[in-house]
Amino acid sequence: MSEATFLDANELVINMGPQHPATHGVLRVKLRLDGEKVLGSEAVIGYLHRGVEKIAENRTYTQFAPYTDRMDYVAAVTNGMGYVEAVEKLLGVELPPRAQYTRMILAELQRIASHLLWLGTHALDLGAMTPVFYTFREREEILKIFENYCGARLTTHAFRIGGLQYDLYDGFEKEVKKFCDYFLPKVDEYEALLTKNRIWLKRTKGVGVLTPDDAIALGVTGPVLRGSGVKWDVRKAQPYEAYDKVEFEVPIGENGDTYDRYIVRVQEMRQSVRITRQCVERIAPGPIMGKVGKVIKPPVGEVYHSIEAPKGELGYFVVSDGSTHPYRVRVRPPSFVNLQALDTMIRGHLVADVVAVIGTLDIVLGEVDR
Amino acid sequence: MVDEPKAPPAGGSSEPPARPAPPAGTPTGTPQTAAAPPGPAVPAAKAAPPAAKPAVKPEPWASPLLDELQKLFPSAISDALIFRNQPSVIVTKESLLQVCEFLKSDEGGEYTLLTDHTAVDYPKREKRFELVYHLYSFKHNDRFRVKVMAGEGEKIPSVVGLWPTANWMEREVYDMFGALYEGHPDLKRILLPDGWTGHPLRKDYDILKQDDAWVEANLGIKSGQ
Repeated sequence: MSEATFLDANELVINMGPQHPATHGVLRVKLRLDGEKVLGSEAVIGYLHRGVEKIAENRTYTQFAPYTDRMDYVAAVTNGMGYVEAVEKLLGVELPPRAQYTRMILAELQRIASHLLWLGTHALDLGAMTPVFYTFREREEILKIFENYCGARLTTHAFRIGGLQYDLYDGFEKEVKKFCDYFLPKVDEYEALLTKNRIWLKRTKGVGVLTPDDAIALGVTGPVLRGSGVKWDVRKAQPYEAYDKVEFEVPIGENGDTYDRYIVRVQEMRQSVRITRQCVERIAPGPIMGKVGKVIKPPVGEVYHSIEAPKGELGYFVVSDGSTHPYRVRVRPPSFVNLQALDTMIRGHLVADVVAVIGTLDIVLGEVDR
Repeated sequence: MVDEPKAPPAGGSSEPPARPAPPAGTPTGTPQTAAAPPGPAVPAAKAAPPAAKPAVKPEPWASPLLDELQKLFPSAISDALIFRNQPSVIVTKESLLQVCEFLKSDEGGEYTLLTDHTAVDYPKREKRFELVYHLYSFKHNDRFRVKVMAGEGEKIPSVVGLWPTANWMEREVYDMFGALYEGHPDLKRILLPDGWTGHPLRKDYDILKQDDAWVEANLGIKSGQ
């Protein structure tokens, strides 16, 4: 290379990841840089690909359920819930109310746990050391409830096709209520640390802006979509379980920047507490399983079912050929689709903001790669 | 700001306006009962359970949207079925882009969000891949499934121009099934390494054989699975 072309080359390509603490796993981003400014990027994914969809075709409907926990491993409850609900829709099973409310309580607690993990690590990425200790302290309480319920903390496999395997243990309601009372003031604590913190504002306001039109075109869902001001939540739009019977708000942002997505998620934690409290009030003794046979053998057909996972719309497209094994299971992972917006969001920003945007997308690589 | 979706109907997902009545005289049980010789009441009792619980299967779908589609694209739409309240149609690949453009437009229901795009492999069919598009309309709070059949090596028009989110989804389908797209900006593998051979989600991609081959090539022994 002659000296002249070398001097002209003011565009630099660097790799961020796959071993990088702020990529939350094994994400590799090829960045094209002009100095500190990002000109463009390409996300390289697949390092954690395990062929979950292929595994599904080689397992029975029941056997596949635990694998779903290992996709979004910080929100295993909602992952499993999406799958069992899709199979239930295929079977046409109605769930008893006790099972529905139990599922909703655990799913909302899982949403809080997932958001807490996000909040702690996101703040840590941006240089705020303190929140991560507080959020993990509260997350621990949720994991204890999970452990008491089903014996597992992370890969819970909490639900079964047709209902629940375990009934609630004695004192579950009391424990959940206690957690709700304990948790709400803690959210104020996080907000006291961050919401009006000048460094936090500088790092998040106006960073990674996603307009509503872009958000819909790029297919993002969940808090990322709502942060852009689109008031859409699967729990409200197409309710599953008993979400149409509880009251809650769908918080939205205005500017579609990292700060708004932060506010949306913090508000969502409060709404989750609200839903959990209503469910605990309504839960009544009764059966925990709907009418399903010992062998799950759905009729020939296909269904798409989606739920509002902590990260966005989690969909399962299940095709049945009438046998005991699914013919095809497609997972529509929210993280995979949301990650696609990364390039649009970081163009023109500084390298340090890439970390902020990856954090605000709240991706889990286990789900991106499956 | 985008409009808040309308409150969903009681049934959860959108209700089709008019579902055609099931064909009269479902064949379940009735012929046997008629042909059964008069005698003990066992055959009648046996015939009762299936009559009470008819087999669930996809049924023909009728809706104003389908009428509109059939009017605009008379030869392109086929197999309009509904199963568990989820309608789907099959579109020819030639008119896929026009149909999608219409569905995205104001008259076509404003299906502005491509929720998901994937494929299903049926190796015994003449056109083995069934490419599935899941559309969502914020305005009508409605989901709709569009399918296209594609043979091996057949190029399907890419919908990235209409829904940029299709970019990675089509790459994934190419990666996993080997279905090809025309007009995709950067069609390459996404989850698997670039040098990978084969497309894992095809039905003839046997995981046991893959495992055996790997063990033989790398360890020099029979895997014995």
